[in-house]
Amino acid sequence: MFRLIKDTLTSQVHTLWLVFKHAFVKADTVQYPEEKPYMSPRWRGRIILSRDPDGEERCVACNLCAVACPVDCIALQKAETDDGRWYPEFFRINFSRCIMCGFCEEACPTNAIQLTPDFEMAEYVRQDMVWEKEDLLINGTGKYHDYNFYKVAGKAIAGKDKGEAQNEATPVNVRSLLP
Amino acid sequence: MNWEVGSTLNIGVILGSVIGIAAMLIWVERRLLSLWQERLGPNRVGPFGLLQVVADMIKIFTKEDWVPPFADKFSFVLAPAIIMMVILLSFSVVPFAPGVGVIDSNIGVLFVLAMASIGAYSVMLGGLSSDNKYALLGSLRAAAQMISYEVFMGISLLGVVALSGSFNLREIVTAQEDGWYVIPQFIGFVIFLIAGIAESHRLPFDMPEAEQEICAGYHTEYSGMKFGMFFVGEYLGLVLISSLITVLFFGGWLGPNFLPPIVWFVLKAAVFVAFFVLLRAAIPRPRYDQLMTYGWLFLLPVSLVNLLVTGAIILSLD
Repeated sequence: MFRLIKDTLTSQVHTLWLVFKHAFVKADTVQYPEEKPYMSPRWRGRIILSRDPDGEERCVACNLCAVACPVDCIALQKAETDDGRWYPEFFRINFSRCIMCGFCEEACPTNAIQLTPDFEMAEYVRQDMVWEKEDLLINGTGKYHDYNFYKVAGKAIAGKDKGEAQNEATPVNVRSLLP
Repeated sequence: MNWEVGSTLNIGVILGSVIGIAAMLIWVERRLLSLWQERLGPNRVGPFGLLQVVADMIKIFTKEDWVPPFADKFSFVLAPAIIMMVILLSFSVVPFAPGVGVIDSNIGVLFVLAMASIGAYSVMLGGLSSDNKYALLGSLRAAAQMISYEVFMGISLLGVVALSGSFNLREIVTAQEDGWYVIPQFIGFVIFLIAGIAESHRLPFDMPEAEQEICAGYHTEYSGMKFGMFFVGEYLGLVLISSLITVLFFGGWLGPNFLPPIVWFVLKAAVFVAFFVLLRAAIPRPRYDQLMTYGWLFLLPVSLVNLLVTGAIILSLD
């Protein structure tokens, strides 16, 4: 019985005192609509399509993001310009399916698709959650300011043949290597 | 209109303010809990969220008041009415201040205990008539818990009754002018406090309605205002227990003269209400068998010893 009394005093009363002390601690709550929380730049929120430093679309319609997407919310169709650049004819993200996992960003070979710290995407109509390319494209470079896929890639386009990209050696004619 | 114990005006004001305070406690409890859990709690509806109660009331009144087809209609409807009625009746003997009260009864303590016993019927009938296994489990627990804790509640009060020589709550308060009974009857106070929580089945002794184990216990099947009556009844019980502790152990309305008596009463009761909320915030729920063991094997002997020692001291001092 004395052990019970001692336990009550040391455990229960001590607990009460500890909890009571929390009255003098500042609340953690962020009063959201008035007070915005700090969002890390790496936050995985609304998906955008970025442009390269020249202002051209970065997306080359390789479909890797659509393949990586675990909920299949990305749909796109490849097209090609006259000078040989690939671009998506349409690019559609269904945000009512998207789980903001960021796999598409990881898969993207050209840094085109990127996730942003914006999360305020609520809509009244479900159909409004489907974003087309015009809605997704932004006018900037996003997180990677200097990257320009066609300037570093070996793909030949009008005005840049194979071997003319940055840090790229001219192609070797394999037949000239014969002994 | 005259202003004395039992006048119509008096009854009306007490009834209105008691129910109003009980409803406001929903907001008070949520704000206090969040204070201790480092949150803010409801603060959007009206100043400091005070109108949250109004919003809750509108919601609960407009909800569908559904009686399950398998339930026993009569007792299903009767159960929530009993708890409200019984606790409001208990308030009739509580002396709030000189001249403020409903009945000046010379069996006040017994009346409160009797009403608490009838209150057990409310949860029992509610659980039984619901014809739901969780509700049945809840009402089984409630019945056992309330019946056993009433025993120590009554015995712990006997020390106070012996000291004041009266069952009249008003005389018990005036008998405390030389000193509050919490000092000579500290053990009785602690037992009454614990038994009071168990009687009003609030956390940490809310086994009858433990959400995590048995849904909502005896009021699983209740909706709309019938649930609201159980809900407000719980807060009424909280106010009642706090008022009783104030009256029996902390000198009721007695206090220094710079504040009117009724303010002293409300202040003291409010401290206990806040303490009950702190208990809810801090202490986890014990297992059901632990509660019963604790009651019968610890609280009962302690309260009996307390009564015997008190009686012996009173006799030897005579």
